[in-house]
Amino acid sequence: MRAPSSDLPLVLENVSLRAGATAILDGLNLTITQGAPTLLIGPNGAGKTSLLRLCMGLTAPSSGRITWGGRLDRAPTRRAIVFQRPVMLRRSASANVAYALAQAGVPRKDRASRIADLLQRVGLAELAHRAARRLSGGEQQRLALARALAREPEILLLDEPTANLDPAATRGVEEIIQMAALSGIKVVMASHDLGQVRRLAGDVIFLLRGRQHERAPARDFLDHPSSAEAASFLRGDLVI
Amino acid sequence: MPDHASAWDLILSGDAALFAIVRLSLAVSLSAVALAALIGMPLGALLALTRFPGRPILVVLLNAAMGLPPVVVGLAVYLLLSRSGPLGAMGLLFTPSAMVIAQTILIAPILAALTRQTVEDLWIEYRDELGAMNVGPFSRVTTLLWDARFSLLTALLAGFGRAAAEVGAVMIVGGNIDGFTRTMTTAIALETSKGNLPLAMGLGLILVVIVIAINAAVWGTRLWSERHVG
Repeated sequence: MRAPSSDLPLVLENVSLRAGATAILDGLNLTITQGAPTLLIGPNGAGKTSLLRLCMGLTAPSSGRITWGGRLDRAPTRRAIVFQRPVMLRRSASANVAYALAQAGVPRKDRASRIADLLQRVGLAELAHRAARRLSGGEQQRLALARALAREPEILLLDEPTANLDPAATRGVEEIIQMAALSGIKVVMASHDLGQVRRLAGDVIFLLRGRQHERAPARDFLDHPSSAEAASFLRGDLVI
Repeated sequence: MPDHASAWDLILSGDAALFAIVRLSLAVSLSAVALAALIGMPLGALLALTRFPGRPILVVLLNAAMGLPPVVVGLAVYLLLSRSGPLGAMGLLFTPSAMVIAQTILIAPILAALTRQTVEDLWIEYRDELGAMNVGPFSRVTTLLWDARFSLLTALLAGFGRAAAEVGAVMIVGGNIDGFTRTMTTAIALETSKGNLPLAMGLGLILVVIVIAINAAVWGTRLWSERHVG
């Protein structure tokens, strides 16, 4: 069932996240609106995963505030996330999608056609009855995308969805992401792969040590980074 | 059941009394497992998913209750159901129902404690994914129980093993009445005390074979469905 309210824009106001004395994220101000995919990049430990969890509402910020379409309510209505290592329910592929549809409030009579449609979209129609946990890494990632798309999200948060995949599987996942973006879903995605950033990104957020170091259109950022740290990250140096 | 026949003769001749005993044993123990699962598994899952003051104490007590002595449970149920007890008016003492009640009390803590552990472990794995799908508290319990189903089969087997093997509780509340509340274990105890060791031994072997057969059937089901359903 479509919730009447929208989750966009997603606004972070002076958001910090601390674990004990260490700041994981520090003073982030961020507005996410409709448009081409936004890619989060930065070295390991920069806070990409934590930022995605905050955007999903899975964790609450230590200070600052996050609003979705102006609301403070953290319950996810029109957003979905795919974790770096998605957990497959111990059921068949189609039952995994059915579960996501049920939780999103889709009436039982509509589910069968939606399942077929979603599995088709991610190229798993042939494997519908296979046990989800016996699928390959790439297939599991695509099934996780199907589960996320089942929620008819406005915002789709992705945490390095191709980190452990071979190039063929990566292309499959990227095609799904591109189709989702073209259909009007706002994609916010963490990535390690600068080639992928070039292929997918509308704009880029460069995170460093829990701070937003730079935000720019992807082409500008990749070709003319405005800070020394971004330039050395793009060169492949270790930025500490 | 003739006194001087061996268990083997009784099986081969299809002795009606022997088969009645086997049937009653299975009916009582399986009913108790089913009831204990209905009570214990949801409670165990609930305990796995909730946090409240005093919870660690409850977990320890629940784990300790897995070791409840059958004779103590039998005695407690006897006092509840005896003529002068609070539930005496129901006239259940020395009936198969009383035996089911006693065994349910005996094995519900086993199922609850093992379910609690299994579900808690699975919850760590599923927490983020279910949170992201906005799954409510009730659905969490049913989802985790369902997805833990293969591990929970082992808990069910532990409960069944305990029920099928115990003699103290069914002896006290059932009374070992021939043809009515006599089970495999109470019959073995009786034949042993009568000195009819071959028959007692034979009955013991039949019991062990039945328990192994049930475990093998459950394990086969598990392997088959893990391969086909996940």
